[in-house]
Amino acid sequence: MSIQLLYFAGLREVLGVATETLELPAGIETVAALRELLAARGAPWTALVTTKNLRAAVNQEMAGPDARVYAGDEVAFFPPVTGG
Amino acid sequence: MSVTIQAADFDCGQEIAAMTKGRDDIGAIASFIGLVRADPLAGEKINAMTLEHYPGMTEKALAEIVAHAKSRWALQAVRVIHRIGRLLPGEQIVLVVVAASHRGSAFTACEFIMDFLKTRAPFWKKEETADHGQWVEACDADEVAAGRWKK
Repeated sequence: MSIQLLYFAGLREVLGVATETLELPAGIETVAALRELLAARGAPWTALVTTKNLRAAVNQEMAGPDARVYAGDEVAFFPPVTGG
Repeated sequence: MSVTIQAADFDCGQEIAAMTKGRDDIGAIASFIGLVRADPLAGEKINAMTLEHYPGMTEKALAEIVAHAKSRWALQAVRVIHRIGRLLPGEQIVLVVVAASHRGSAFTACEFIMDFLKTRAPFWKKEETADHGQWVEACDADEVAAGRWKK
């Protein structure tokens, strides 16, 4: 089963990717583990661990590093928000 | 619908008129409008600003903020409009209108909604100067402003 990944703002520009579908490997169960998995692709994906205060959302709710990720989820990574 | 994300401009007067039409129970309306500023902190002139958002999550996050405000203060109506896309200095970005029986709740809830919108709603601003574009960095003061609402 796969998950849907989304990247926004400066992170999207660094990665050159806005969205992708990823087969969720066995053992990847949290937002933190997913970040490490993606960062292991090498530059520019290392931005997922080097970006200051990178935020995540699981199924469109803000999520901390320990939040669980399940097959079928929508997971987004983005810099701190700056609207208003 | 109390929350709208749109590229088009808005008219605060029209929104207030729509909110109060046919009602005689509203005693106070507080509104906030955010505008694009030409003077950035860095000192370079801003020619334009582009607002990106996370479709779906943005609407949910704003609806939650409005619901939270309504649970905390006795509010009769709330309207939030946030623009996206490329905006020029002087243009309107965001509108919050709050209606209540008395001014205290209206003023306070309006500020509460803006403080949480700035720190919880997934929008990002990119500034354009004469020779480059730059993503706006989140401001610590905004987190402090949102933090003071903790009960």
